[in-house]
Amino acid sequence: MDKTATRKNGDGIFRALTMLFAFSILIILLIMAGEMVWESLPSLRKFGWGFITGSDWDAVQGSFAALPYLYGSIVSSILAILLATPLSVGTALFITELAPHKVGVVTASLVELLAAIPSVIYGLWGILVMTPWLQTTIEPFLIKHLGFLPFFQGAPYGVSMLAAVFILMIMIIPIITSITKEVLLAVPQSQKEAAFALGATRWEMIRMAVIPYGRSGILGAVILGLGRAIGETMAVTMVIGNTPQISLSLLSPAYTMPSVIANEFAEATSKLHTASLMEIGLILLVVTLVINFMARLLLWSVTRRWKGGTP
Amino acid sequence: MTLRSLVMRRATNLSATLLMGLATLMVLLPLGIIFYHIIKMGFSSINPGFFTSIPKPPGEAGGGMANGMAGSAVMIGMASLVGVPVGIFGAIYLTEYGGGRLATAIRFSADVLSGIPSIITGMVAYTLLVVPMKGFSALAGSFALALIMIPIVLRTTEEQLKMVPVSLREASLALGVPLWRTSLKVTLRSALTGVITGILLAVARVAGETAPLLFTALGNQFWSNKLTEPMAALPLQIFNFAIAPYEDWHRLAWGGALVLVVLMFTLSLAARWLGRSKH
Repeated sequence: MDKTATRKNGDGIFRALTMLFAFSILIILLIMAGEMVWESLPSLRKFGWGFITGSDWDAVQGSFAALPYLYGSIVSSILAILLATPLSVGTALFITELAPHKVGVVTASLVELLAAIPSVIYGLWGILVMTPWLQTTIEPFLIKHLGFLPFFQGAPYGVSMLAAVFILMIMIIPIITSITKEVLLAVPQSQKEAAFALGATRWEMIRMAVIPYGRSGILGAVILGLGRAIGETMAVTMVIGNTPQISLSLLSPAYTMPSVIANEFAEATSKLHTASLMEIGLILLVVTLVINFMARLLLWSVTRRWKGGTP
Repeated sequence: MTLRSLVMRRATNLSATLLMGLATLMVLLPLGIIFYHIIKMGFSSINPGFFTSIPKPPGEAGGGMANGMAGSAVMIGMASLVGVPVGIFGAIYLTEYGGGRLATAIRFSADVLSGIPSIITGMVAYTLLVVPMKGFSALAGSFALALIMIPIVLRTTEEQLKMVPVSLREASLALGVPLWRTSLKVTLRSALTGVITGILLAVARVAGETAPLLFTALGNQFWSNKLTEPMAALPLQIFNFAIAPYEDWHRLAWGGALVLVVLMFTLSLAARWLGRSKH
């Protein structure tokens, strides 16, 4: 009788303990969101919507507006996604549909290696190897041959929006590739065989059987990559030039939301300065949450369909 | 007509194939170039002194990143002390007791948490620890790293626990073993290699994190032996030295990058090896 009682106690305590730990995750998330809102209140109150429409960032005058950072984040991430998507989908198709099994496995693990490299090392390579190369080779070439376009005007600095786009592209390719690969692997073999049986070439099979089946999953992968690109801090901070300006030219330096936080937060001069950086963090948080949510919804709809068995 | 269209179709097929191959090459090319530079520049700056001495002022050759490596080890260790138990016990709750709305909410928050940019984690750690303690500290850095570890450990452990057959738990319960001992000694034990794999991956992930340490641990040019003071960390040193205009510091940064990359690959290879040997 006594023994059962202690046993029940043990179970109860253990259950409470695990629940406490599990529950703490929910609490952490709520505290994080609450802190971000609370700490940005002074800036939210003072600047209102002007914070995201203005472009004046002056710590001495105490006026803060974040449009250049929003612009830099959005443009760099979207351009990086546009460049990374075809390369990633091509690589994923190569791994799943084209390469012999062993080659595919090796390629996939090499791509995973790319994902394991820390952001700061991309930044190190970017600032010491890539930007000098951009400055001496690529940017003069662009200015010479495409200089009539507004996107390639100005002097070649090396550190620029273009550098950020390139480094982000390299960094998000592994994410999009590996998720797309998973999506493509889930296309039923029978669909592919049916296309081949109709006499399709390999490319036609990919176009008719693989792509339509994986479309929303691939879109989910791309959006997840976008979320990663927007939140990326170190590598971008090191190569983008950190100048809060809105310029059409990809050759001029720019600034992003995470970069300004990384550069200024530790040395913020006033309460309002800190609050403004917090508000940028809050915007970043909301944007990444919305993006991740959309991506998960898309990927989830795909996996649910797979469980159902019919396309 | 049919012959021509067949030729066209084959040509399309060939060019699509070539394009896919080209895309793969273009994806792998940066990997090759980055590795080439890390290995070439890294090895030229690594010597025994690199692992035993602290950075020298710019202009003086030599010096090392011993304080950064030690600082990283300390903060990763402390982060694991919090992150691993919270992740594992949370996962036990989700698989063994959860199932209701609360479990869904917890799973969802873990997913959300793992998607939050790490710089925001740093900001929160700053307001929660740095401001009240009136100073940057290794403690705050560890806290930020722990927040990043928790969702990774939780989700990988949960996946592993889910794979343990129910019959195993039932067998244990039928022998009269209480549920809590069953969870720890049977369920967790049989999923242990997978759980350790998850922990290794989480450690590999936070070992390279820089952004959350920027305004928590802050970094330190010297040795620090107090958890309440700013502490050096390897990724922070790489960042600070890379953006400084001194050749000697750049060399140190490359050396640090090589150490970090070797560490990460060792961890992920170990994780993969563990994961494989199970099946």
